[in-house]
Amino acid sequence: MTVPAAGQPGTAPAGTAPAGTAPAGTAPAGTASAGTASAGTGPAGQDTVERAAATPGRPQPYAELGLTGAEYDRIRELLGRRPTDAELAIYSVMWSEHCSYKSSRLHLRQLSEKAPPSPALLAGIGQNAGVVDIGQGYAVTFKIESHNHPSYVEPFQGAATGVGGIVRDILAMGARPVAVMDALRFGPADAADTRRVLPGVVSGISFYGNCLGLPNVGGELAFDPCYAGNPLVNALCVGVMRHEDLKLARASGPGSRVVLLGSRTGPDGIGGASVLASAAFGGAGEGAKRPSVQVGDPFMEKLLVECCLELYAAGLITGIQDLGAAGIACATSELAAGGGTGMRVRLDAVPLRDASLSPAEILMSESQERMMAVAEPADVARVLEICARWEVPATVIGEVTGTGQLQISWHGEAVADIPPASAADQGPRYDRPASRPPGQDALQADDPARLPRPAGGAGLRADLLAVLASPSAADKSWVTEQYDSYVRGNTALAAPHDAGLIRVDEQSGLGVALAVDGNGRFCQLDPYTGTQLALAEAHRNVAACGARPLAVTNCLNFGSPEDPGVMWQFTEAVRGLADGCQVLGIPVTGGNVSFYNQTGSAAIQPTPVVGVLGVHDDVRRRVTAAFTAAGETIVLLGLTAAEFGGSLWAQLRHGHLGGRPPAVDLAAERSLAAVLTGAAAAGLVSAAHDLSDGGLAVALAESCLAGGTGCAVTLPGEEFDMLFSESAGRAVVSVRAGRERELAALCEASGVPATVIGHTGGDSLEVAGSFIIPLAELAAAHQATLPALFG
Amino acid sequence: MQLWHGNRDLAGVDAVILPGGFSYGDYLRCGAIARFAPVMSELVPAARAGLPVLGICNGFQILCEAGLLPGALTRNAGLRFVSRPVRITIESNRTAWTSQYRPGQQITVVLKSGEGAYAAGQAELAELTAAGRVIASYQGESPNGSLAGIAGIASQDGNVVGLMPHPEHAIDALTGPGEDGLGFFGSVLHAAAAR
Repeated sequence: MTVPAAGQPGTAPAGTAPAGTAPAGTAPAGTASAGTASAGTGPAGQDTVERAAATPGRPQPYAELGLTGAEYDRIRELLGRRPTDAELAIYSVMWSEHCSYKSSRLHLRQLSEKAPPSPALLAGIGQNAGVVDIGQGYAVTFKIESHNHPSYVEPFQGAATGVGGIVRDILAMGARPVAVMDALRFGPADAADTRRVLPGVVSGISFYGNCLGLPNVGGELAFDPCYAGNPLVNALCVGVMRHEDLKLARASGPGSRVVLLGSRTGPDGIGGASVLASAAFGGAGEGAKRPSVQVGDPFMEKLLVECCLELYAAGLITGIQDLGAAGIACATSELAAGGGTGMRVRLDAVPLRDASLSPAEILMSESQERMMAVAEPADVARVLEICARWEVPATVIGEVTGTGQLQISWHGEAVADIPPASAADQGPRYDRPASRPPGQDALQADDPARLPRPAGGAGLRADLLAVLASPSAADKSWVTEQYDSYVRGNTALAAPHDAGLIRVDEQSGLGVALAVDGNGRFCQLDPYTGTQLALAEAHRNVAACGARPLAVTNCLNFGSPEDPGVMWQFTEAVRGLADGCQVLGIPVTGGNVSFYNQTGSAAIQPTPVVGVLGVHDDVRRRVTAAFTAAGETIVLLGLTAAEFGGSLWAQLRHGHLGGRPPAVDLAAERSLAAVLTGAAAAGLVSAAHDLSDGGLAVALAESCLAGGTGCAVTLPGEEFDMLFSESAGRAVVSVRAGRERELAALCEASGVPATVIGHTGGDSLEVAGSFIIPLAELAAAHQATLPALFG
Repeated sequence: MQLWHGNRDLAGVDAVILPGGFSYGDYLRCGAIARFAPVMSELVPAARAGLPVLGICNGFQILCEAGLLPGALTRNAGLRFVSRPVRITIESNRTAWTSQYRPGQQITVVLKSGEGAYAAGQAELAELTAAGRVIASYQGESPNGSLAGIAGIASQDGNVVGLMPHPEHAIDALTGPGEDGLGFFGSVLHAAAAR
C-alpha cells in the first residue's frame, strides 16, 4: 500500500461526495439482483462492461462491500454507468478506509507541509516507504504498519502476515530488508483471551521472521485493558540499498509487460482491507470475518526477496509494487496511476489456487507473497529465467498501454475499464466532525497528586519491585527469545537495549538505529502531548546508543473515525506529531493509519506508535543500556518534576489514569540527544539508558540487570518523585573513569542539566538512606512475570 | 564460495558448511526435503570419502536426514523457538572442526532453533558416547530437551560434524556473544590444509 501524497490534487472537496441514491432505473427482466460481489456468474456469464452499460438499474451489493450510498453514486458518476462486479470490487477495496485514508488524508497533509527541510530525504510520503540518505552512498527505507484486526481474529497468521506485508513494502522500494521490529499491545496480561492472542502473535512473528532470515531487533510490549478486544500488532521493517537502486511504484513505457511474481492467488484475505480493517468489530457478525485473514508462506517470501533483488541487480525491472491489502486491484491501479499510463490485464492469466474464484475475488484477494513487476518486452525472457532459478512462479498477465485506462479482461470479455487514478488517488475524502470528548476536562482534572504514596524506604522498595514486575515493565525475554536477533550477522544491538542497531557497512562501521515507542495512557490524557512524548522517547532511545536521529515513521492506531471524540484524538495526535518533528528537525517519511480499533462503542486509547531511525557513524562505538563496569560515575541527564499523570506507578498501584501527561520540551530533547550522541562518539560513557515507563527506578534496575552490575545512588530530591516520576527528556549514563569532566563540559555546552547521582558496582541496587535490593531479588521480580503468565 | 542447491557440483571445494536457515520453510520435517537437493548427491559420497562437512542448525538436521549422522532433531521440549547465547562444552577435539579447542573447553555460542532437541536410540547413543563422537554438550539443563544434553556430534572419522548452536554468530563481540565460535573455522582451515 502506498500512503497518500500530501495535498493530492484532483480530489473532491471533503464532505461533498454526491449524495442520494442510485439513479432510478428499471432492471431489464431476467437480471438477477446480485447478492454478493461474485454474483452475476452462471449461465449468463460474467458481468461485463457491456452488460453494465446495458443494465444500469441492476442492484449492486455496495453496502456489503463497505461502500456508502454516496460513494457508490460517485463511482457511477466517475464511470458514467454502473460499475461491473469487478469494478465495484476494485473501488470497494481501494476506497476503503484502510487503503484510501479517506478520513485521515486531510490531516496527514500536515506531516509533509510542516516537515523540516531534510537533505537526507530521497523519497517521502506517497511512496511504499520513505527513503533516507545515510551517507557513503547508502540509503535506507523503513516503515511501520498495523496488522491489528487480523491478529485478533487469527493471532498466528495475522501477525505472521503482518511481518510479510511490511517486508514486501520495503522490498518494493528496491532495498534489501535487513531487520524487523514489532510494537505489540494486548489486554490485561492475566486475561484469558490475552493467553490466546499473545502467544499466537509472538509465535506468528517468530515463525515468519525467523524463517525469512530477518533479525528482530526490538520493539515494544505493553498491556492495558483497553486493548482487550483490539490488540495492536504493528510491524516495522528497515531495508538498505545503494542510492541508485531506488525503485518507485510506477508503470511506464507503453508495451512494457506486467509480470505477477510469487504465490498463486487463492481465496484468502478477500475483503481484508474493506470489511475487516475498515470497520469496528461488532458482536454477532464476527464469524463472517474469519476467512478474511491471510495465510503466510515465509519460505516463498524469502525466495521472492532474493528473486526480486536479483531482478533489480540485473536491471530488468522498470517498476514494482507489492501486493498487500487489496491485492491485484491495488497493484494494477497504483502502478498505472503512478506512471500516468494505462494498463491491460488478462485476469484469467493469474495462476489460481482455487479455480472457482470470480474476477472480483481475484482482484480483491490478499493472498500473500506476491509482487507485480513491470519489465520491457525484450527483458521478459530473462525475468522469467531468474524467477525460475528461484522457483518463484512468474506470469505475464498484461501490459502497459497508452490509453490511460485500466482495462481488465476475463476470457476475452472486458470486466473492468476504469481510469486507474479514480481508484488509486481519487477516493472520497472526509472532513469528519471532531470534538473534544465531554469527559476530557474531568479526566485531566483528576490529578494524581492526590494518590497516596508509599511510606519510607520499605514502601519505596516494595513499589519498585512491584513496578519492575508489572507485565508492561517486566523482562521481555519470554517474547524476544522466540525471535532470531542474530541472523545476517549485523546486529550490533537488539532488545532489551534502547534501540535496535544494524551495521550497514562492515568497513566503515556505518549503521542504522531504530526505536519504536507509544504510550496510549499519555495520549488518552492529552493526544497532542502524548504523541510528542512517543516521538521524544523514540528519539532519545535512538540517541542513547549513539546514533543521530534522522527520520520518523508512524503507525496511528485509533478507534472509529466516525466518533467525533476519536476524530479529535486523531487530529490532535497528527498535529502533535507534525509540530514535534518540526522542532526536532526530522521529517516523517511514511506510515500507516489504523482506525476502527474498537469493539462496539469502546475504543482503544489513542495509540500513535512512532518509529525513529538514526544513523550511527560507527557501530563499534555503540553504547548499551547495561552497567558493565564497577566504579563508574552515574549521571542523571535532564530535570525531574513530580509528573505522575498516566504513569506506570499510578496505573499499577492505584489503577489510576488522570491528570496531565508529563510536559514535553522538544528543544531540550534535541539537546539531550546531541549530548548522548556526542558522548558515544567521544567514548565518554559505557552505558546510556533512556528514562520512560517507571522512571528512574525502572531505568536503574534495567541497567543493573542488563550488565549484572549493581549501583548505589543518592537521590537529589524528593525520593518518591525522583524514583517514579516519568518526566521526559531524561537519561542515565555511566561515565568511563577519567572522562567525567569531559561529559560535564559537553552537557554544559549543550545546556543539558547533569547531576551526579552515584556510582556503579556491587551486586545490589542501593538508594542511600532508603533501601537496598540485591540484584538476585531484582532479577527474580523482573524475570518471573511473563513466564508465570504464559508458561 | 556459495554452492547452489540445484547443481550436482561441489566445484572442487576443500570443505563444505551446510548453514542454518529454513530449507523449504521446514514445513515438512526439518531437512527432510533439502536432503534430496541435487547438490547432496555429490556431497554425501564426498563426505563419506573424508571431505570436511559442518552442518549448523538446519544443516545438522539435513545431515541427519541424509544419513551422514545418526539420530534426529526434534521439537524443543518447551515447544517454542529458543534464541539465546548458550554455554557448551567441547567434548572432543578429534574432529576436523574442533581441533583448535581443548577437550572440556567451555565456550559461548548462539542457539536459535525450534527443533533442536537431539534424539537417538539407546544403541546409537551408547555408540556415540563410547566412540567419543559427542563433540559438544550444553552446560546445565539442556535448553531444548536434547538427549544427554547433546549439542553436536561427529561422524566416525570426525570429518562430518553436526552442531545445533551457531558458531558463526560468535565471531565478533560486536554482533554476538564473543569470539568463541572462531575455533570451528580455524580448525577446518587446518584440516583442509592437511588433506
